Amino acid sequence: MIWVDTILQGILLGGLYALFAAGLSLVFGIMRLVNLAHGDLIVLGAYLILLLVTLTGLSPFVAAAVAMPFMFALGYGLQKFMLNRVLGDDILPPLLVTFGLSVVLQNALLEGFSADSQRIQAGSLSTASIEIAGIGLGVMPLLTFGSALVVIIGLNQLFYRTSLGRAFRATSDDPTTASLMGIKPAGIFAKATGIAMIIVTIAALYLGMRSNFDPSIGPARLIYAFEAVIIGGLGSLWGTLAGGVIIGVAQTVGAAINPEWQILAGHVAFLVVLLLRPRGLFPRAVD
Amino acid sequence: MTALLETRGLTARYGDFQALFGVDLVLDEGETIAIIGSNGAGKTTLMRSIAGVLRNPVDGIRFEGRAIGDRPADEIMAMGIAMVPEGRKLFPSLSVEENLQIGAYGRQTGGYWSLETVYELFPVLKERRSNPGTALSGGQQQMVAIGRALMSNPRVLLCDEISLGLAPVIIKDIYKAVPRIRESGASMIVVEQDIGQAMAVADRVYCMMEGRITLTGRPGDLSREAIHDAYFGAQA
Amino acid sequence: MSKLPPNYSVQTRTRASSISAIVALVLVVVAIALPAFASRSLIQDMFFILTMLVLAQFWNLLAGYGGLVSVGQQAFVGIGAYAMFGVVILLGFDPVASILIGGIAALVLAIPTAFFAFRLQGAYFAIGTWVIAEVVRLLVAQWKSVGGGTGTSLPRSATSDMWFTGTIETLFDVKSAAARDILAYWLAVVLAVATIAGIYWLLRTKRGLGLAAVRDNIEAAKSVGVDAVRMKWLVFLVSAFGTGLAGGLIYLQKARISPDAAFSLQDWTAYVIFIVVIGGIGTIEGPILGVLVFFILQSLLADYGSWYLMVLGLIGIAIMLFAPRGLWGLFSDRTGIELFPVRRRLTGGRLSATLPSSKEE
Ligand SMILES: Nc1ncnc2c1ncn2[C@@H]1O[C@H](COP(=O)(O)OP(=O)(O)OP(=O)(O)O)[C@@H](O)[C@H]1O
Ligand SMILES: [Mg+2]
Repeated sequence: MIWVDTILQGILLGGLYALFAAGLSLVFGIMRLVNLAHGDLIVLGAYLILLLVTLTGLSPFVAAAVAMPFMFALGYGLQKFMLNRVLGDDILPPLLVTFGLSVVLQNALLEGFSADSQRIQAGSLSTASIEIAGIGLGVMPLLTFGSALVVIIGLNQLFYRTSLGRAFRATSDDPTTASLMGIKPAGIFAKATGIAMIIVTIAALYLGMRSNFDPSIGPARLIYAFEAVIIGGLGSLWGTLAGGVIIGVAQTVGAAINPEWQILAGHVAFLVVLLLRPRGLFPRAVD
Repeated sequence: MTALLETRGLTARYGDFQALFGVDLVLDEGETIAIIGSNGAGKTTLMRSIAGVLRNPVDGIRFEGRAIGDRPADEIMAMGIAMVPEGRKLFPSLSVEENLQIGAYGRQTGGYWSLETVYELFPVLKERRSNPGTALSGGQQQMVAIGRALMSNPRVLLCDEISLGLAPVIIKDIYKAVPRIRESGASMIVVEQDIGQAMAVADRVYCMMEGRITLTGRPGDLSREAIHDAYFGAQA
Repeated sequence: MSKLPPNYSVQTRTRASSISAIVALVLVVVAIALPAFASRSLIQDMFFILTMLVLAQFWNLLAGYGGLVSVGQQAFVGIGAYAMFGVVILLGFDPVASILIGGIAALVLAIPTAFFAFRLQGAYFAIGTWVIAEVVRLLVAQWKSVGGGTGTSLPRSATSDMWFTGTIETLFDVKSAAARDILAYWLAVVLAVATIAGIYWLLRTKRGLGLAAVRDNIEAAKSVGVDAVRMKWLVFLVSAFGTGLAGGLIYLQKARISPDAAFSLQDWTAYVIFIVVIGGIGTIEGPILGVLVFFILQSLLADYGSWYLMVLGLIGIAIMLFAPRGLWGLFSDRTGIELFPVRRRLTGGRLSATLPSSKEE
């Protein structure tokens, strides 16, 4: 019974990792760009929400909604004025620029908010739990997982049901031909990164409510996100959720055996998948 | 009266390699012109220049009197110049219908062409509408590429070798669509290697060789010899 | 390969490179003699500069020449350092000899690392190497006999009768700690010179030229018979070995180790990347210039803590956006000077064919 509980907790934790990963997966799918500052942007989002909650007394959920347009604008601007300039056949420039951005963000946050750990107060919600078939499940983890589902369903709808989604897929296939359709690839990339930042804000909300955070934790979130994307198979959103769940379960099971093994177990699960299925569990047919 | 579309002394280069040397071309409203020439003559380069995929000196290309040579492809398309690119270039992640829909992404002016009228023009596409665009036969893919360009109700339609790699019967089928396209009000530039086909559809013909226009005229006025010389270079 | 007409000659040497060879020789002699008149803090600074230079050269070999952008080089620094500590503490080896064990340990670790990471392309390779570095850090933190998560120090017995330190003590009349710094410094001089000479040599061999081909275009490289996969392995293993040696040496001088410090992404990879990017990626001169700029920036700004890192990050971004070939690239474009020419240049005659580039616009 204790194992069932552990695994369930792990699955729910996977929802958080899927939230970390969805934005990364979206951006990679459309422009083959890996943003090494992704984790730090999540932390930035958490600080923004924290600031709004502290200054205005808003509920964290409302604060996150308020933060979204700002984060969208940040992503849009970042892509348009910085990242678009380095996209191309050579992978080195975008990597190095986003790596630089990661260092800048971490240290700007350190300067602005100090190294003390913070938490977004969610009141009674953070300790509430409900019991299903004799197993107590935290409301917060359930909400997180539910949000991950909503985000992935929403992204799928966006991709397969809207004109913008078609433009995303067309640009991903062939930016030159897409421009013959009146699509401006640079604008599409900027919108995609903007949308990724909205997902980053949702991820930031749960990151900040569920545990303490400080300016240095971004890179580790990037790693979990990356592992989830690779396990799932590049470009598959449901795969990304599956990847998140695998990391989550590996971590909780590892921690149940020896608390020091939590993080290690997640990484080992990733390496095992990489060994057995180098293209991930749900690879896209065309690449 | 100003021409609908005009190039003046148009040059184009790929890095150090110059592909066009001062091309002058005129397309009047309602007209269909054909561009013929052997492999490597620069026909595709000319189409890509007009469509904005290659950037040119601003004065090299005029559309309704406006200099547009330096405008990017998405703006050119929004003005009403659509292209059926060489090799069809369908989007593999999009279904047939989505490939058609995306053709109107940057220009939704309304007009004769819509999903219904395109399906009327090429009925077979309606049956295959939910297949991936790339799962179709070559001829059907070419129909999708033409329909996709028509979806924006273009003023000018550029067709780059729509007969490439297709069987003669299929080519005939596809060219049957041309009168309907002209009736809808689009003017056309048709690039063709098949001289007979070009002569049959065009009001005027331009012949290109090594990045230059070597001959132009009405199909009836051009002799076989003149075309042969313009095509392969005059034997001294 | 077509034969060149006789009036061509293939040269890899330039006038600047001949002068620089003489200057380099003088510099090495001065560097070796330095402890005779320099203060201990200058020696320590020089040690820092030289070891960072070694790390930067190896990262540049990987990323700049091999196209392998690793963000996990801290794995090799850490394992080199820990292997050195391990054999000193557990087997009683001499620390100086143990540095070599550090290099070998890194080389051994590089084999499974490459096996996993080469399954990932481009950017994913970068994060893959980082994950592996994290795994190694977490595993080493479980190794209780070298202090587990909190780390440990080199035993006094080992540091005090380390090879050569006795001689240095009498030679310069210094205390044992200072003698250890001088020894470490000399080893760093040797390692830096060997690294630069070795990489220079590697890049000028036929293999090395193949490397540039692999970076520029894998397909083209294949068609002229360069085995891209073999080259990647070679570069990766060589870099790991050199980085492991540097790791062992750095921690011989520090004499105290912990997993968080020895596997620090910031100290052993982030700084190194900035050094290479600022100086100029894909050249041997770039990291040399970069490490000097880095050291000056650090001396000026180190008191400002996080501001310093922000400035470093911003400079890195600006260089990538506006001068992707770095400071050395700017300098070299203006002056045409190359100190370590690795490209073969054709002199005499005239190049008749101009190659079309595929760049549009
Ligand atoms: N991307 C490119 N980079 C460099 N040169 C190019 C490029 N595209 C075309 N060229 C060159 O430009 C010249 C004109 O090519 P273009 O494709 O316009 O010819 P074309 O008339 O369309 O030929 P085809 O009938 O074979 O399609 C050729 O010599 C070709 O080699
Ligand atoms: Mg062509």
